[in-house]
Amino acid sequence: MPIIELTDVTRRYQMGDVTVHALGGVSLDVDAGDFVAIMGASGSGKSTLMNIIGCLDRPTSGRYFLAGREVSRLDPDQLAEIRNHFIGFVFQRFNLLSRASALENVELPLIYADVTARERRRRARAALDRVGLGARLDHHPSQLSGGQQQRVAIGRAIVCEPKVILADEPTGNLDSRTSLEIIALFQELGRSGITVVLVTHEQDIAEHASRVVVVKDGRIQSDERRIPVPAVVPPLEKSA
Amino acid sequence: MNPMATTKVAVRALLRNKVRSFLTTLGIIVGVGAVIAMVAIGEGAKAQVEEAFKQMGTNLLVVLPGSSQSGGARGGFGSQPTITWDDLDAIRTQVPSVRSAAPQLMTGQQIVSEDQNWFTQIIGTAPEFFEIRSWKTVYGEPFGQPEVDGGAKVVVLGQTVVEKLFGKGANPVGLAVRIKNVPFTIVGVLVRKGQSPFGQDYDDTVIIPASTFAAKIQGGLSKFLSGQILVAATSSDSTARAQQQISDLLRQRHRLAPGVEDDFSIRNLAQVANARQDSAKTLTIILASIAAVSLLVGGIGIMNIMIVSVTERTREIGLRMAVGAKRRHILAQFLVEALTLSVIGGIFGVALGLLAAQRMSVRFGWPTLVRPDIIAISVGFSAAVGVVFGLYPARKASRLDPIEALRYE
Repeated sequence: MPIIELTDVTRRYQMGDVTVHALGGVSLDVDAGDFVAIMGASGSGKSTLMNIIGCLDRPTSGRYFLAGREVSRLDPDQLAEIRNHFIGFVFQRFNLLSRASALENVELPLIYADVTARERRRRARAALDRVGLGARLDHHPSQLSGGQQQRVAIGRAIVCEPKVILADEPTGNLDSRTSLEIIALFQELGRSGITVVLVTHEQDIAEHASRVVVVKDGRIQSDERRIPVPAVVPPLEKSA
Repeated sequence: MNPMATTKVAVRALLRNKVRSFLTTLGIIVGVGAVIAMVAIGEGAKAQVEEAFKQMGTNLLVVLPGSSQSGGARGGFGSQPTITWDDLDAIRTQVPSVRSAAPQLMTGQQIVSEDQNWFTQIIGTAPEFFEIRSWKTVYGEPFGQPEVDGGAKVVVLGQTVVEKLFGKGANPVGLAVRIKNVPFTIVGVLVRKGQSPFGQDYDDTVIIPASTFAAKIQGGLSKFLSGQILVAATSSDSTARAQQQISDLLRQRHRLAPGVEDDFSIRNLAQVANARQDSAKTLTIILASIAAVSLLVGGIGIMNIMIVSVTERTREIGLRMAVGAKRRHILAQFLVEALTLSVIGGIFGVALGLLAAQRMSVRFGWPTLVRPDIIAISVGFSAAVGVVFGLYPARKASRLDPIEALRYE
């Protein structure tokens, strides 16, 4: 059974007198553990699609089942709960709380899941271990490199053990080497059963996905499966 | 999300901008401080009035003899003795809402000790007097009914008189003084009462049995009581009723036909006291209202800074929403922030207010009274200010669209 099931989803905005058709009838099924790249130019509707998949927005019409549950008609608070339990977000700009440590940043979703302080600490620690930052729990974002900050953000995304991770241009602010590290981390998460939906406009990032969906003018233009290129980080050139 | 976690998040957010948080709090500190200090002054004035009237005696009525009328010229109240000793007995025994009554005959006389003398007020009365005026002795005892019946030459001295004749704090019980050349034995010294609500010195007086007063000071006994009658009503609620009952009784005893003016007058001192207290209360309200305005301004300061804070942290709010914060979580977070500012301001404001009240009391000699409930109300009110003025920014934050908020620059 697919984890994400969109059926004929549309999204219209009212901008003054003009109605904007951001999405015009999108149907998309994503299987659990899949690594999907959504591509498209700006204004193509890919952000709208991602917001709907991420339960930040609701479709104007059509149906959306997430993990077997109809979520297209839920109210904002119910959607907040769905996001908390089923979805992890990774953003281009990391969106970490600058005055909080890595550990506290990762704990944040657990606060809204009513997890006790002790349990929060334990799970946040485990999540940071998993993204390879177990040694930097008390560092603040300003003390971490871009790649490390994005790892903290990924730790925050997985700490509630979500079904789906939504990454919106997660490598947009990173150099190519660090980008590969992050993609490798996503591939690893995919292998452990988490579905990764990655929005990007970079072809060489998308080629690491097992499925590439191209959105244009609010519709799916192409949807193809392919053998993903494993993200292999080249070893650093040792200075002699 | 539990309240502890919410408070922690709020306090951390406030500590991020220490100067700003402090300045915002300062508005509340000044507001609450002003309320506390102003109310303390108002309450102090009220308590002073209350105390003065309490010293005068509780539930007190004064019955004055009537006016004389000779050849069309009408004298004032008390110009003619119309009240008899039998009237006093009747008031004591026949009026249900009267607890007790005592005559009060007064004159000014020179009082002479062995080596000093002093002009003071002589009161001739009955033992009930001490109870009605709730006046106790520091040394010795007040005289009793046997002394009145026997016309004993005994005297109870007020503090001022003791001071003038024997020196401050002396105990002259057992010694003799002379009034109008008649030797009196001092049997008691009264506790200090201080000033009357009208500025008289209560303690500049000596008290002797009414019978002795009539015989030795006034000269000659008569059926008329040439003074006043002090009456204590059974309770503060019954003073008006007692007044009416005494009036009815005296009209009947004096055989006054309907339509004829009273030949006596009854003053209800409880009414005077209430009027005085009301004016003190008005003072308190005016002072507190002015102070409350500054508290209001403090509240507006909180609202202002919370709006700025919400705008600054739009992306943080968006992120919190994205990872699962519900609207009420965001609402609570900002409301608790506003509440923290205002309650901390309230607590420091109380401290400032107490200090200010104490300083003013010392500096200007104003009586101040700090009521614990006013402190509680002030802190409660400042908390309410935080909630009221924090609500709009917090609502604004909780209504943000997470998509827009995350995109905010």
